[in-house]
Amino acid sequence: MAVVFQKTKGLTDKETHYCPGCTHGIIHRLVAEVLEELDVLGDTIGVAPVGCSVLAYDYFNCDMQEASHGRAPAVATGIKRVQPDKVVFTYQGDGDLASIGTAEIVHVAHRGEKITTIFVNNAIYGMTGGQMAPTTLIGQRATTAPLGRTVEHSGMPLRVSEMLATIDGAAFVERVSVDTPANIRKTKKAIKEAFQCQIDRKGFSIVEVLSTCPTNWGMTPIDALKWLADNLIPYYPIGNFRRPGEEK
Amino acid sequence: MAKVLMKGNEAIGAAAIKAGCKYFFGYPITPQNELPEYMSREMPKVGGVFLQAESEVSAINMVYGASGAGARVMTSSSSPGIALKQEGITYIAGAELPCVIVNIVRGGPGLGGIQPAQSDYNQVTRGGGNGDYKLLVYAPANLQEMVDLMQEAFDAADYYRNPVMMVGDGMIGQMMEPIEFKESKSRFELPLKDWVTTGTKEARKPNIINSLFLDPAELENHNIRLQAKYDAMKENEVKYEAYNLENAEIVIVAYGTTSRIVRNAIIDLKEQGINVGLIRPITLWPFPEKAFDLIPDSCKSVLSVEMSMGQMIDDIKIASNGRWPVHFYGRSGGMIPTPEGIIGKVKELVGGAK
Repeated sequence: MAVVFQKTKGLTDKETHYCPGCTHGIIHRLVAEVLEELDVLGDTIGVAPVGCSVLAYDYFNCDMQEASHGRAPAVATGIKRVQPDKVVFTYQGDGDLASIGTAEIVHVAHRGEKITTIFVNNAIYGMTGGQMAPTTLIGQRATTAPLGRTVEHSGMPLRVSEMLATIDGAAFVERVSVDTPANIRKTKKAIKEAFQCQIDRKGFSIVEVLSTCPTNWGMTPIDALKWLADNLIPYYPIGNFRRPGEEK
Repeated sequence: MAKVLMKGNEAIGAAAIKAGCKYFFGYPITPQNELPEYMSREMPKVGGVFLQAESEVSAINMVYGASGAGARVMTSSSSPGIALKQEGITYIAGAELPCVIVNIVRGGPGLGGIQPAQSDYNQVTRGGGNGDYKLLVYAPANLQEMVDLMQEAFDAADYYRNPVMMVGDGMIGQMMEPIEFKESKSRFELPLKDWVTTGTKEARKPNIINSLFLDPAELENHNIRLQAKYDAMKENEVKYEAYNLENAEIVIVAYGTTSRIVRNAIIDLKEQGINVGLIRPITLWPFPEKAFDLIPDSCKSVLSVEMSMGQMIDDIKIASNGRWPVHFYGRSGGMIPTPEGIIGKVKELVGGAK
């Protein structure tokens, strides 16, 4: 009998702590599958900083370092400079990367550090309970924006991929979404290209993945996916912003 | 080996490279700039890496990553920069990663000044970051001692899997002295680094570098284990120098370059018939409490002399444990204690000139 599906060996058997309907599980699996398909799992070191994915070190079946809030790109830099032939990635949320870790992500791109960042953007702080993020949309409610975010008070949401795409050291920048099976396939393709970019030593690579947080958005998982498509994608357009060999 | 004349900051770099340090992550701040500048020149020559980070915060996190990847790694800064590194330092201590951190101390608080000070005593011995952790802290009094201690600092970091801090006041960083780079044999039997994250090769279970323990019982056990390590450091790593304690009426406690000024004052006082001893901590943590058992019955009081408003004095009081009254003399802000000032204070304590 032919095997039609197998769990990737890039993930451990540990049960995750993620909420029901959360898309972290999908993204973890895509990253793990890519590492397995590129045959680099045994040569990969991942960095999981503070946030919902802080326990990712228990889920990815490769060497892992846990990092403090926002500092994963600096930690990854330290690893990569010592182990330049290894594959190094960070897995960061939007509170982590777009708020407290802006200096680190800008400068890891600025140096063209040969690492890959998986940036999970669900427009809210998940782990700490639904506070406003720099990526929270105008009008979107959060526990620290109970009446919804306003431009006057907090400015416009930060578009990270567009910002990083202005930096020459960022060789690969793409925004994807995991709201539909078709988009999940595109996400995997982008993640693979990003890791390949690192392996080819082209520079820094980042994939911004639009993701849901049903718990803190106060929605069912299905409604959350629809809300992502109707609200996040119009403000955060999906597509490639930069790839090696293409001048944009 | 012949002696060479070197500036302190550069000598630190040379000693670190000689001790096998191959990676340096830093950020500019006065008065330690000659150290990263030296590393940027010299590291490539030994196949190492120098990287100027975007901030002190990033530099210490690069140290975390590099150490977790198996490197002998160092960073350096000065007081306000060390304050910025404290987050990373507590993570490094929590994740039990070896590294050496150099702190060329300047006056504070805040931006303070750029002249020599010892006002980081609390910052370096009390664990400036969160949680129950300790650094092994060396405070050499001259460049030769600093160079001699560097190998030991890296070895101790690896042996205990703990961050080690090398503290010099601004004078140590900026002055030039003749130095001999001696061949030294490590007194540690260094364990194999089987915990590093360098890729599993799919031949072993993943290694994880981490300081997160969500289960309270697990975190308490982690702390108990860390404490046992700190207890072992207290047992084995204390360093101090005792000078002229015999028949001393007053015992001065001073470290770093301050101790050199105190020594001059002690010689002058002796000529005037006043016998004063010196306890010079070489490790600030663990503090040399045992040295206080050497203080003779002739001693009437203990005097802390610091380039601060009085920080080490707390540890002196703990070590004295009520056996002697403890007094303080210090200058701060980059002002340097003078032998005259110290002599005046001692005479005040012994009841005027004899």
